[in-house]
Amino acid sequence: MEKKFKIAMPVRYGINFALIVLGWVIFTVLFSTGALNDYWKGIVVNIGVNIILATSLNIACGYLGQLPLGHAGFMAVGAYTGAIYIKATPAYDLLRAGNTTAIIPYVIVAIILAALVSGIFGLLIGIPALRLKGDYLAIITLGFGEIIRIVITNIDSVLGFKFTYGASGLARIPKFSSFNLMYIMTVISLFLIHVFMKSRHGRAVLSIRDNEIAAESVGINTTFYKTTAFVFSAMLAGVAGCLYAGTLGSLYPATFKFMKSIEILVMVVLGGMGSMLGSVIAAIVLTGLPELLRSFSDYRMVLYSLALVLMMIFRPKGLMGTYDFSLNKSIENIVNKIRGKKAAKADKEVQE
Amino acid sequence: MTFSSLIAQFINGLQTGSVYALVALGYSMVYGIIKLLNFAHGDIIMVGAYVVYYAIASFALPPMLAVILAVLVSTLLGVTVEKVAYTPLRSAPRLSLLITAIGVSFLLENGAQLLFGADKKSLDPMVSGSFQLGGVNVSYAAVVTIVVSVIAMVALTILVNKTKMGKAMRAVSEDMGAAQLMGISLNRTISMTFAIGSFLAGIGSVLYLCAYPQATPTMGSMLGIKAFIAAVLGGIGSIPGAMIGGFAIGILEALVAAVHLSMWKDAVVFLILIIVLLFKPAGLLGKKTQEKV
Repeated sequence: MEKKFKIAMPVRYGINFALIVLGWVIFTVLFSTGALNDYWKGIVVNIGVNIILATSLNIACGYLGQLPLGHAGFMAVGAYTGAIYIKATPAYDLLRAGNTTAIIPYVIVAIILAALVSGIFGLLIGIPALRLKGDYLAIITLGFGEIIRIVITNIDSVLGFKFTYGASGLARIPKFSSFNLMYIMTVISLFLIHVFMKSRHGRAVLSIRDNEIAAESVGINTTFYKTTAFVFSAMLAGVAGCLYAGTLGSLYPATFKFMKSIEILVMVVLGGMGSMLGSVIAAIVLTGLPELLRSFSDYRMVLYSLALVLMMIFRPKGLMGTYDFSLNKSIENIVNKIRGKKAAKADKEVQE
Repeated sequence: MTFSSLIAQFINGLQTGSVYALVALGYSMVYGIIKLLNFAHGDIIMVGAYVVYYAIASFALPPMLAVILAVLVSTLLGVTVEKVAYTPLRSAPRLSLLITAIGVSFLLENGAQLLFGADKKSLDPMVSGSFQLGGVNVSYAAVVTIVVSVIAMVALTILVNKTKMGKAMRAVSEDMGAAQLMGISLNRTISMTFAIGSFLAGIGSVLYLCAYPQATPTMGSMLGIKAFIAAVLGGIGSIPGAMIGGFAIGILEALVAAVHLSMWKDAVVFLILIIVLLFKPAGLLGKKTQEKV
């Protein structure tokens, strides 16, 4: 038996890195030549936000096997944290003066703060919520998500000063979410999820999904891993929220209603719970498609919900199931297949 | 706050509480029988409210006929949803069933928005007027609501405890497989449960309109969630529990509003839910279940 063809690890990372750079170059060329106008640039940035949201929910939903319905709450925490911080810095005036490089440190701090604060909220909510399962976990996370939104709406009257600006909304946030920032953050998020899931910690999380009691009996600290995955998911949702604040320039608590959580869930479920590729594709399609079908915008949510029901009845594992695409694996498979055929041919010739 | 205003708030609480209780019963029964958190249950109330609105405003039907029509449509809708969306998934994982329920709920909400528009439809109060009782102003609407819901609850208790159908429902909720072996038709029993739950939701929608005479596409979602919280508080699967939970949530909300914190009332209700789930997940009257390996 000859040795199977395998691409060495450094080469794999090299190939992936080259592809990421290539993707960036293609988009940049498309934008600079005007093939994609500013309107489409905005949509591409939105797609980035939704990719991070969907893949982050996929951690808790697809990999951990729970059904949190309060993802919009973590997004709101991240969005408000990032926005309130960056409004306290001179970033708004710098950006208006066209100084896009000077705001970079502020943006980095805002994103890190958003991730940290959402992570803390994820920990505070995750520890009690993850003691429950299934429907109860769904409803308790829904409860926490709504509480976050209600607190954001009403906190000013308790504090006595303007902090979140309540229902009237937080305005004049510098629009720092450029395409480059979005591209980098999406890549970083996907990379972190990938690395986490391929590590032994990721496998522990998967084992909890498949059979929690069995996982516990082989010595996996299920509480620790459930909480870790949940906090990780919340942190990335916070990052997405922060970027969302940077695309819109204003925030309203009503955006982060239960409806938003469901929209993200639809992406994960349609893409296939447990498939990062599925979440990414679903996020792209469900963000891009409504823009192409402007005249159908009234029907958008109806179609979403109909798709959700039909998907559950006819293909409950979603578009991609738990399949994840790996370019290097595919190359290896193809090469091995060709080699196998050659070997079989050689065998035949020898026999003849 | 004076004593009489406290009593008035208490009666308000009982009024909304009895609507919650009626809706909670539907949740609780469905959960008891197929372990499904029927998210679409609240939206059935919304459909019932629209039926009342259109029957009175567009077709000028007498209110009594509108009420009967609303209850009928709600019941039919509940059974249809069960047949179309939940029956094919009876052996599927619980998560798929839950996602389907969320999908149905959103389908109804957005479908209603498409058909009836996003603006709220107001109609004249069906029951108006009030009387004085020991210095407290009591509206006839509150009296009607409380009386009707108590009658409905008593009828339901008799139905579940004394009739053959009720026996079948209790048997299926206890052990689906064993009940089937005893010759109980699963499909019929489950459909019946949905029909009764939706029937109560239909009554609930009419009573809700007595208190707040307007219909919006999203009115069902918050109402449904609160009713679910009531069911959890009382102990899901338990009929008296759902009633107690409903009244408790209604009165609590009214009291929070009475101390001028009405914008926090949803948060308080969710907080109650979280506390109950963490410290007594089986609810006040629920049975404790042990997870088997």
